[in-house]
Amino acid sequence: MNIVVMTDNPTEKQDSTSPVVEVNSLEQSTQHRLQVALPEFTEQATDVGGETVGNVRAENPFMVAENVNVYYGDNHAIRDVSLEIGKKQVVALIGPSGCGKSTFLRCLNRMNDSIDTARVTGMITLDGEDINRKAQDPVALRARVGMVFQKPNPFPKSIYDNVAYGPRIHGLAVDRAELDSIVHTSLERAGLLKEVKDRLEDPGTSLSGGQQQRLCIARTIAVNPEVILMDEPCSALDPIATARIEDLMDELCEDYAIVIVTHSMQQAARVSRRVAYFHLGHLVEVDDTDRVFTNPRHKLTEDYITGRIG
Amino acid sequence: MSDTHSTAEKVAAGLGRRRRKEFVFRTLGMFATGVGILFLAVFFATLIGNGASAFKQTFMKLEVELSADIIAPGGELDLVYADFDGLTRAALRDKLPDASGRSQRREMYRLLSAGAGYQVRDFLKANPHTLGTTQTFWVPAASNVDMLMKGNIDATIDETLRPLSDRQIAWIRSLDEAGDLESRFNMALFTNGDSREPELAGIKGAMMGSLFMLLVTISLSFPIGVAAAIYLEEFAPKNRWSDLIEVNINNLAAVPSIVFGLLGLAVFINWMSLPRSAPLVGGLVLTLLTLPVIIIASRAAIKAVPPSIREAALGLGASQMQVVFHHVMPLAMPGMLTGTIIGMSRALGESAPLLMIGMVAFIVDVPTSFTDPASALPVQIYLWADSPERAFAERTSAAIIVLLAFLLLMNLAAVILRRRMERKW
Amino acid sequence: MQSTTLILLLALLATAAFFFGRGRSLSLVGGPGHGPALHSLPGYYGYFVAIWCVLPALLLMSGWMLLESRVVTALVIAGLPESYQLMPEGQLNLLINNIQNLASGDVVSVAVDESMQAAATELNGYLTKSRQLLAAFALGLACLGGALAWRRIDRDFRARNRVEAVVRWLLIGASSIAVLTTIGIVLSVLFEAIRFFQKVPATEFLFGTTWSPQTAIRADQVGSSGSFGAIPLFAGTMLITSIAMVIAVPIGLMTAIYLAEYSTTRVRGIAKPLLEVLAGIPTVVYGFFAALTVAPWLRSTGDSVGIAVSSESALAAGLVMGIMIIPLVSSLSDDAINAVPSAMRDGALGLGSTRSETMTKVILPAALPGIVGGILLAVSRAIGETMIVVMAAGLAANLTANPFEAVTTVTVQIVTLLVGDQEFDSAKTLAAFALGLMLFVVTLCLNVLGISVVRKYREQYD
Repeated sequence: MNIVVMTDNPTEKQDSTSPVVEVNSLEQSTQHRLQVALPEFTEQATDVGGETVGNVRAENPFMVAENVNVYYGDNHAIRDVSLEIGKKQVVALIGPSGCGKSTFLRCLNRMNDSIDTARVTGMITLDGEDINRKAQDPVALRARVGMVFQKPNPFPKSIYDNVAYGPRIHGLAVDRAELDSIVHTSLERAGLLKEVKDRLEDPGTSLSGGQQQRLCIARTIAVNPEVILMDEPCSALDPIATARIEDLMDELCEDYAIVIVTHSMQQAARVSRRVAYFHLGHLVEVDDTDRVFTNPRHKLTEDYITGRIG
Repeated sequence: MSDTHSTAEKVAAGLGRRRRKEFVFRTLGMFATGVGILFLAVFFATLIGNGASAFKQTFMKLEVELSADIIAPGGELDLVYADFDGLTRAALRDKLPDASGRSQRREMYRLLSAGAGYQVRDFLKANPHTLGTTQTFWVPAASNVDMLMKGNIDATIDETLRPLSDRQIAWIRSLDEAGDLESRFNMALFTNGDSREPELAGIKGAMMGSLFMLLVTISLSFPIGVAAAIYLEEFAPKNRWSDLIEVNINNLAAVPSIVFGLLGLAVFINWMSLPRSAPLVGGLVLTLLTLPVIIIASRAAIKAVPPSIREAALGLGASQMQVVFHHVMPLAMPGMLTGTIIGMSRALGESAPLLMIGMVAFIVDVPTSFTDPASALPVQIYLWADSPERAFAERTSAAIIVLLAFLLLMNLAAVILRRRMERKW
Repeated sequence: MQSTTLILLLALLATAAFFFGRGRSLSLVGGPGHGPALHSLPGYYGYFVAIWCVLPALLLMSGWMLLESRVVTALVIAGLPESYQLMPEGQLNLLINNIQNLASGDVVSVAVDESMQAAATELNGYLTKSRQLLAAFALGLACLGGALAWRRIDRDFRARNRVEAVVRWLLIGASSIAVLTTIGIVLSVLFEAIRFFQKVPATEFLFGTTWSPQTAIRADQVGSSGSFGAIPLFAGTMLITSIAMVIAVPIGLMTAIYLAEYSTTRVRGIAKPLLEVLAGIPTVVYGFFAALTVAPWLRSTGDSVGIAVSSESALAAGLVMGIMIIPLVSSLSDDAINAVPSAMRDGALGLGSTRSETMTKVILPAALPGIVGGILLAVSRAIGETMIVVMAAGLAANLTANPFEAVTTVTVQIVTLLVGDQEFDSAKTLAAFALGLMLFVVTLCLNVLGISVVRKYREQYD
């Protein structure tokens, strides 16, 4: 059997539910299950590497990835991924752990730059411009393509300073009044203003987990980006906080293109318009969310959605 | 999304300034890292430039007539009081017959080291039957001759400003041309004790002093440090007393070393009346100084032993003591040894506390026991660095090279141990 | 008998005791095949007997050695002619010292008279007798202890528990040595300092601005008290420490930043070990470098630009001390920077910060407590540093803030006052201990503060 060991973005742990491990454990289980499960898996494994099924094109493409490959040293983490992201829509990237969805997300605002061994090939354009071109400053790119991380990571500063951080470094506000208004609007749009307006000078870390994540979202939209990348933004939150963030995404997609990586198929189904399913570094299937969840065309997608792998 | 464009524009407007700042910051960082490394380079270049020549020494060829008239005028050779210098002086007079008058001769004798006579004496002691024959000796030249040959004395400046007179320089040149001067490996540096004469001064006494001290230190601080670490990690109840010990150890590691010297002076010398200047006392002080280092390293090594191993042994019915001594300690031993070596290398380089307990005296004899008066390698460096002679500056650098070589060896050993220790549990 | 011989004999006895104890335990149950019938493994019975053989004897020995010289000295004094016994304490001490030197065959500083010669012989006699007595008692005690322990062995005797209890106490003893050291430092420095403050008022010491202890060496003469105003020393220490910090803090911090954020793995792999080498160079070597290379260079550079630089300027010592401390600051800053979660860094970069903005606006403020703690430790290190200042800074107690002038420091003065002859009843010698007390208290405060700040900061992100 051809075993491919994957490491996704280094912050993401390889968990025990990856397919390779599954086979090993199956081999130790009963003979009967082995006979049933093993041929099925081999069939799926050969499928990986084929063309992406579904529709990679978006109606109103804003960010376009063509044949993107990512290597971490000798490790080929992303293989030939092409995907279009349209304006004012939420695209969800799903797939088992270590499938490369976070790595792909980090390519979109060049967060992989800071990893010495990472190498990206292929073309990614934002509004028609290559983001990996020499003249493109990653700083300017990240101002246009913001990012929200898995774990809420407010800076050890006051709530106000957290939100004002982006506008300050980018010089977006001419005076204090403008900065105040940016902070207020951002907090309001992140649905946090009511809860914190009396304690803007408290440290950001004093908030609850869900509030912290909304603070991070406020911090991101304060820069007024065009695309927001979210890397499993709810995985560290409880269901109620998760629901609030999901509502927030619904509102935000009126203005922004949003790409969200999620572990939860339910979440993908709730918030996204399109879904992209990643498997072992390949983009297996992309299509409208309804279609993927009701009528997946690829066997692997179906197995994932029905819970057979994942 | 009306102002999207303006965001991108505003960001772009500030980019130039921010890139410049980034560049400046990065350059500053590079510069700062460079400063330390540059210093290291300058330091080693200076050191080797100054000290390398001290490993060579100018020797003078003398045909010495072991004349009984001079050294055994009564017919009996007295190895203590006989005038061996007279022999070497006579030999030098034969080589440089143009010196006339007492003052010129005295000038000429200054080309000889005081060690020349001793060398002849030692030869006669070993070969008494050679009395009356003529033998060829290579004796050390005076340090000023050595300095001139090494180019450390500028012969072009005014005569009164340099330690050698024009006449002496002429003699040296003629000896050199006759092939009577030769640069040889300076064994004296490693076989002699301290001396007032640079060409005779060696670091053997200091090295032996350091060795005795380190023996005392390692034989006390390793067992005590390991025992303390074992108690604190494996047995100590978590209460105020163990907290106190913990705080204490961390603080002791940062107490200035000179304070340990005060402790040594007051407790070991004044109160316990142990001998001053003795490696025993030095070793005791250095033990107290290195204990915190060893305890901290040993505790880290013990902590790194996974609890599963303890549980496995306890599960088989071993007592806690057996678990520790049969399982934890062997596994933690490389880490403990690494910590001990690092502690020892710190002890070897330490000098301030030794000044307090009298190890700073001028000691010619090489110590042979733990209670003999002794110096230590770093203290010897301190003493020589204070001497005004150019020849001592050279030897100081040489002694530093030797000290650093020892430290390097110890640290290499620690690094190798650490590599070995890196095991996957 | 030599104490080394005695210790060797005791070791032999202990080995014998081990085998006796082990043998007895086995013979009690009927031979080596029946070991399991015993409560403990046979070896533990051996250890038990060996411990009882050697431990009391060793305790006796160390106690004896501690008291020996006192008792013998008292006996010798009692045997001296009455005229000697009535001498003032200082002279009597000198006399005893000379008698001791005479007895051990060393050089004596005064003319030897008959009674001294007699006393020396007497001293040697006492010493020999004391050693003989000690050997007899110690060996006797060893045999007695071993025999008693041997008799206690029987089948159900819990030898392992006994042995482990002793080992446990030994471990406790080892770990209390650290505390004893601190107590020893405090007591030894405190007592002598109190004696100093009885001679010189604390206010004069703490607030006086003239320091010239050298005149006080003739303590027996009238009106020859030196002045012990330590302000110039404190000022000198602070001046050199500040120069060192001005060098070490920015360079060390920027080095840590560069190595953590900018350098490639290869550069880091080279620079870090090199910095460790810098940290491992003995201070006496730094002192040599400061005195023989840096100071003359500064002087000639100063001459060429028209600034008068003293050949023992504070600047030379401070510069070199600063370089010595760079590795300490950079490694502590590195720890602090690495303790900031990488999520912070990602967050800042994700918003479009440049690396320097990430560093200065997010990571450094977050790491600040750790860095400050590290700087406190570095300051404490600079204040307590001895060899560099002894070799490169002067003895002149100038009260000045000019880095080109010579100043002196607390540690330099401690060394100067204590190297050479010491008289523990003169203010000059005792002043060193008062300075030592100040040094200990100040560095202790800095260390406690620094260590607790660093630790609290680490816990914050753990």
